[in-house]
Amino acid sequence: MSDHDSHEHHDHDHSHLDGMELKVRTLESLLVEKGYVDPGALDEIVETYETRVGPRNGAAVVAKAWNDPAYLDRLRENATAAIGELGFTGRQGEHMRIVENTPQIHNMVVCTLCSCYPWPVLGLPPVWYKSAPYRSRAVSEPEKVLSEFGVTLPEGKTIRVWDSTAEMRYLVIPERPAGTEGWHEEQLAELVTRDSMIGTGLALSPDETT
Amino acid sequence: MNGPHDMGGMQCYGPVEPEADEPVFHGEWEKRALAITVAMGGTGMWNLDQSRFARESLPPVQYLSSSYYQIWLAGLESLMKARGMVTGSELDGGRLDIPPVETKRPAADRSVMKTILATGGPVSREASGEPAFKAGDAILTRNNHPAGHTRLPRYARGKPGVIAAIQGFHVFPDSNASGKGEDPHWLYSVAFKARDLFGSGSHEVLLDCWEPYLERAAG
Repeated sequence: MSDHDSHEHHDHDHSHLDGMELKVRTLESLLVEKGYVDPGALDEIVETYETRVGPRNGAAVVAKAWNDPAYLDRLRENATAAIGELGFTGRQGEHMRIVENTPQIHNMVVCTLCSCYPWPVLGLPPVWYKSAPYRSRAVSEPEKVLSEFGVTLPEGKTIRVWDSTAEMRYLVIPERPAGTEGWHEEQLAELVTRDSMIGTGLALSPDETT
Repeated sequence: MNGPHDMGGMQCYGPVEPEADEPVFHGEWEKRALAITVAMGGTGMWNLDQSRFARESLPPVQYLSSSYYQIWLAGLESLMKARGMVTGSELDGGRLDIPPVETKRPAADRSVMKTILATGGPVSREASGEPAFKAGDAILTRNNHPAGHTRLPRYARGKPGVIAAIQGFHVFPDSNASGKGEDPHWLYSVAFKARDLFGSGSHEVLLDCWEPYLERAAG
């Protein structure tokens, strides 16, 4: 653990963070000493979600769905199994469903009651997803919430908000951007942002990437 | 329980503030808080629904002024204390007061944890009986306010909706959180009109609802 900057800054945030660092360090050593947890298992959990599981997984699913109609059919039929084909399985993704954006429908996902999120395809949720402003207003005023993400939808498009109240986990398949005909899956995946798979963003257009 | 966690439709929290280039973790302690919470869940001393209920049952002021990992930690402490696994003074001082209790499952090592993360814990169960509803059926959600854990938010109680799909036969949180067993039920995707839920809006809201949350709409 690094505490190299804790002596250089004494603002409120840092003293608060230092308090949490100490608290959690104390908790960990207590639970290890009691034999309830194994420190190697804790390292495995951190490394998994820091380096191996994140939104690039979901982007690979979306890119394949855009390019491979048979795969899209399998996603519609059994998303958990179809996502598992790419090796993305496990905790918080046991019961997956895709929801597809179309010219008529825009899908958006929230968990008003806690922080349910499809970990195997998107990793751990960002802070805003777990925050009161998003959880309270995504269901009641989604247009306004989208505008806070800089997203304005065309007139007449219907928004469907999915509140993850059970163990079903939703992956939004954004609309494929124009001008990407003939692109490979690897190129297409570069256009698929995390937010576009939550529904608080759209996939990038080719000229938005470098 | 009608608690501070049930946020859908509240108007008092201001705008969403996404963080540009947000890191996966804000500080080392968040990494360990996640890992400890997940690993302790693996001891089998409580189930998923009990851990959610422990977080929801935090004092409201604490819930609303904590970050999500702080909520997780506070929920974890309350679960462990309630089962005699740790004491408050151990948590404060880090020194052992009482011996460890025997857990339902032993602490997972690194390789076992890898498998646990990759397999997860499905909550679908072998179905018994036929679903009472089918896609297209008009329903009304029950206007119940249980004091225990439930997954039907306040904003969607006593509201008309339409069955969009049957999702499967899943563990029922209201029962599982209370320690009365899994009591699985049919789970449905139910579509609601925003104006039925909030008085205005042209969007739709879809919730996953277990059969006991629903009754057939009259007429």
